[in-house]
Amino acid sequence: MRRAHFKFSWIAAALLAPQLLIVFVFFYWPSAQALYWAFTLEQPWGGGNTWVGFDNFRKVLSDPYYWSSVRVSVIYALATTVLAIGMALTLAIFVDRQLAGYRAYRVAVIWPYAVAAPAVGLAFQFVFNPGAGIFSYINAVAPGWWDLSQNPWQAIAAIVVAGAWKQVAYSFVFFLAALQSIPRSLTEAAAMDGARPLRRMIDLQLPLLTPTFFFLLVINITDSFTDSFGIVDTLTGGGPFRATDLLVYKIYADGFRGFDYSGAAAQSIILMLLVMALTFVQFRYIERRVHYT
Amino acid sequence: MIERTPLLNIATHLILLCGLVLILTPIWLAFVAATHTLQAVNSAPVELWPGDQLWPNLREAWAQSDFGPKFVNTLIVAIGVVAGKVTLACITAFSLVFFRFRFRMLIFWMIFITLMLPLEVRIVPTYAVAANALSPFQTILDVTGISRLIQAVSGIEVSLEWNLLNSYAGLILPLVATATGTFLYRQFFLTIPDELVEAARMDGAGPLRFLWDVLIPLSKTNIAALATIMFVYAWNQYLWPLLVVTDRAAYGMVVVQLSDLVPDQMTTGGGTPTWHLAMAATLVVMLPPIAIVILMQRWFVRGLINTDK
Repeated sequence: MRRAHFKFSWIAAALLAPQLLIVFVFFYWPSAQALYWAFTLEQPWGGGNTWVGFDNFRKVLSDPYYWSSVRVSVIYALATTVLAIGMALTLAIFVDRQLAGYRAYRVAVIWPYAVAAPAVGLAFQFVFNPGAGIFSYINAVAPGWWDLSQNPWQAIAAIVVAGAWKQVAYSFVFFLAALQSIPRSLTEAAAMDGARPLRRMIDLQLPLLTPTFFFLLVINITDSFTDSFGIVDTLTGGGPFRATDLLVYKIYADGFRGFDYSGAAAQSIILMLLVMALTFVQFRYIERRVHYT
Repeated sequence: MIERTPLLNIATHLILLCGLVLILTPIWLAFVAATHTLQAVNSAPVELWPGDQLWPNLREAWAQSDFGPKFVNTLIVAIGVVAGKVTLACITAFSLVFFRFRFRMLIFWMIFITLMLPLEVRIVPTYAVAANALSPFQTILDVTGISRLIQAVSGIEVSLEWNLLNSYAGLILPLVATATGTFLYRQFFLTIPDELVEAARMDGAGPLRFLWDVLIPLSKTNIAALATIMFVYAWNQYLWPLLVVTDRAAYGMVVVQLSDLVPDQMTTGGGTPTWHLAMAATLVVMLPPIAIVILMQRWFVRGLINTDK
């Protein structure tokens, strides 16, 4: 708490007003609107919405397409997170040894963060293309074996690889920062006790990275729910046979292509609760984040 | 550390090089595809080395997607988001930290909660608000009966309307409406020693002068970090502009344009997929944010870590 401060005046109110206004109009109102829609149904011939209670949720939860969307979203979330964190951790630990070329390695891992999700999706669609990409070799041997637009599991694998590729940079930045904040005295003490670099990685660096690891675990899972739209839209378009219909993509498709606002709103509410639960877990961990200083 | 570990050093380089190959391969293949002709790209063994068609492909992709005005639009939106975020976050954090008033913590939490739900999650209702940004106030006036009262007294029917579809405001404002940045500033403002505030007050500086002459010069690194993150964030927006802009010729953004370039049955009509143009356009679209991240690397890393986004 600050001792010295300014007396509250119209200036403070005026400085707060824009943000509060914008947050009200573009955050709280839409969220409330989603709640309203989720519990009401629009009349087909106009005349406002009628209250239907949990009907929309019941309808969503009894829809087999919704559950297949949940299933593929969970698979996508876990697979991208494991791949991205594993890769980022490995690279960060070895980049942190600061051998020759350290800066070049660092830039090379960081820059994919700046690539837009749909650009990633499009680039990977080319890479995974059965006719023109790298998989044309496989198809030359076994014609028709690899085809994203026909085989659901191959399509899921493709969005997982593309999603993980995009996430590596973010986790890498955090791991590297955490590694570099390990006090030098600790490393020196360990070295003096005869711990060689590999031993120090396992017994010193990895344990000290645990808080960062948990933080990134939650962030990556949350991001995989929200950031996947661009990748899915350009890479698979939700297909084949809805195999890559992730939750956000389904909300978009139902709301804007099917004009089922109530169904999309109910799905949004479920996703909101999920993301909020994850964020809550994350803040618990952030609060307990270990500080090395 | 001063140790000789030749074997481990070789292993380190090998592991890192493998990682680099995994990271760079997709973009390399995309780049190579952008340098070949239509026939070369679609012939069976994939090309691994660049050809000489990069410039013609870039030119054709640029003309086909009409990138000129779209780059201007994207730049306007990105700068708008950066400026809006940097300013709003700064003044909000300032009044939350340096003033004491009754509902301070309540307001703090109201803004804080917005971090929880990204735009993608509440996309459908946000879109409805964008169709008429004043609809929240209209509804409040209707529900409370104030609009009927006004109509009875003055005979004027209250109908507030501000359509944000197909406008820069519609593209920018919802992207500004989160708390990213506010917390970056808040954390920094909390480290400003009380003595500085006291000294400023003793010298007769009001809050605005203190903000302008003391805090903002001290926050330069924070501003650079936030601006870098926000520029990349705004440039790469996809879902929101896809919905808000229906008039692509006037307000289209470059990233959204990629959705038209997916060479599938819809765009090629059963013809040969134009991968060379799609990849050339992809390169053009992703270049500016990559340049920003590499040039501003120091601030970018700091911003990424401190905003938790």
